[in-house]
Amino acid sequence: MAILTLAAKSLWNRRLTSALVVFAIALSVILLLGVERLRTQTRASFAHTLSDTDLIVGARGSPINLLLYSVFRIGDPTNNVDWSSYRTLAADPQVAWTVPLSLGDSHRGFRVLGTDRSYFAHYHYGRHQPLQLAEGREFEDLFDAVLGAEVAEQLGYQLGQSIVLAHGAGEVSFALHQDKPFRVVGILARTGTPVDRTVHVSLAGIEAIHADWQSGAPLPGVHLSPEQVRQLDLTPKTITAFLVGLKSKTAIFKMQRQINEFAAEPLLAILPGLTLQQLWSLMSLAENALLVVSGLVVLVSFTVMLAALLTGLNERRREMAILRAVGARPWQIFALVLGESLTLALAGAAGGLALLQGALLLAGSLLEARLGLTIAAWPPSVHELSLLAIVLACGLGAGLFPAWRAYRYSVADGMTIRI
Amino acid sequence: MSPAATVQADASPAILIEGLRFRWRLDRPWVLDVPDFQLAMGERWLLAGPSGSGKSTLLALIAGIQRVREGRVAVLGHELTTLSGAARDRLRADRLGVIFQMFNLLPYLSVLENVLLPCQFSAARRNRAQAMAGSATTEARRLLAQLGLDAPGLERRPAAELSVGQQQRVAAARALIGQPELIIADEPTSALDADRRLDFVTLLQRECANAGAALLFVSHDRTLAEFFDRVVELPAINRIPMLG
Repeated sequence: MAILTLAAKSLWNRRLTSALVVFAIALSVILLLGVERLRTQTRASFAHTLSDTDLIVGARGSPINLLLYSVFRIGDPTNNVDWSSYRTLAADPQVAWTVPLSLGDSHRGFRVLGTDRSYFAHYHYGRHQPLQLAEGREFEDLFDAVLGAEVAEQLGYQLGQSIVLAHGAGEVSFALHQDKPFRVVGILARTGTPVDRTVHVSLAGIEAIHADWQSGAPLPGVHLSPEQVRQLDLTPKTITAFLVGLKSKTAIFKMQRQINEFAAEPLLAILPGLTLQQLWSLMSLAENALLVVSGLVVLVSFTVMLAALLTGLNERRREMAILRAVGARPWQIFALVLGESLTLALAGAAGGLALLQGALLLAGSLLEARLGLTIAAWPPSVHELSLLAIVLACGLGAGLFPAWRAYRYSVADGMTIRI
Repeated sequence: MSPAATVQADASPAILIEGLRFRWRLDRPWVLDVPDFQLAMGERWLLAGPSGSGKSTLLALIAGIQRVREGRVAVLGHELTTLSGAARDRLRADRLGVIFQMFNLLPYLSVLENVLLPCQFSAARRNRAQAMAGSATTEARRLLAQLGLDAPGLERRPAAELSVGQQQRVAAARALIGQPELIIADEPTSALDADRRLDFVTLLQRECANAGAALLFVSHDRTLAEFFDRVVELPAINRIPMLG
């Protein structure tokens, strides 16, 4: 105990150096735990996004791409699904429900999703949670829009607000559907999923704003007013993808095969959970690289500690001699220096954890807004605690060398004071 | 420690050296060859000799930091040759006080904490200090006052802020706390000016006398001779001629 008190006082005496070392260790711990937390929370967040959907169907292509654009609004579809194919498959006796998805437009950086009212009934997230309206109602009219919670909050929109959709998915678009504004009729409760960042309109609405467009541009010389558009047949010709719920889970693989062998056009059906696993195995390479980098940063921080302790040690040979003279044993000198390393590592780990929590509390809402990621601040997971334990073990390991040096000095110097 | 050794300890000298030879390494020349040296309990001697005459080495052997390989060194009745390193450390912690030439104090401890340092490493010292004054802290304050270091607030100041003369007196208080039976001082006055030197030696003498401790005071300054029971020239007891 006396030795630990001495170690603490000695460190305090060199508090600038000690503080810098603690800061370096804390930064490395922030990086290590931050990467780890981002990884696990991203996974949790992704897994949380879709529930109760048995199959996702889109044009044939990469399964991961289909999952990303249909559910996470990441990336763009390569091809569309014919409306007739959708109708045929939706009418299959094994199918309980379907939700059509039509993507491609945006509103001030938020994706616009064309769908029908089955979306509100069957799109589930988290643990079988359905979507709920915080305000207003589902869309009914052609130009009704229902906003995700984040869209409404960020843009400050309220019910009755008139909004203009833009062609394409960019934040800034020069092709606006200015002539056919939509009216906000409902705002969804927050879900912590990409739904929050989506503007929902009817499939017919999507069709209506493109009635006088062709190949992504307005047809020259043709202009249809909203009233004229209402007279047209607004059944969509294509959709981007659709979600499928089956009557019996046992039919999933049979149905998947049936869709993949669909004769009329090349389609792809995926199991969301399975494809998510594929995505993770693809991501694990990058995740591991990040983990290795943050591990290296931890090593660097302990090298800094080692350098600081070893530099100090030569100046402290006098201190060792004094301690030996008043009766300290060589192993107590060893314990003194090792105790200093352990104190630095502990302070660094605790500081890093505290700073990370603080940063997450401050930046949590930003992350949620920008990335749709909810990152829980507390408590640290078992895996994080074991990473912290490894950090402390590294501190102890790094401390062994200067402690051994001090031990050797104290044996060799004895009471001789070398300056 | 066997009972026989304890009985012997009561009658034995503070330091007994017979046929001691020492060299740092097998391939280095001998630095010490002391056929016979004895310091009785309670006596206060000045060991004089120029630098390089092996004084510090002799002190390290007596303090039990260096291992005696040839000859016999007994301190307070304990044969250092047969004691393990740990036992020698314990003997030093419990029964010896050491004062260096300078830089005696841990800069990051207060004056009081520095004085109490031996009590951190030796329960025996702590118990004796408690028995003397009720608590180790009270004893430390008493010693500081005896050595003229009772200015208000001084005991809480960091040791590094004190003048060299004050630091040496703090070191003396530390060496004396818990009634060690032997004080070893290695040129403790060489960093002090003439007036301070006499003050320090007088104070140390008085405190050793009060505590009944033997004192081996190493210095090249023979003007201090009058304060000691006896002056011993190191070249007279060490048969190895001076180095360099």
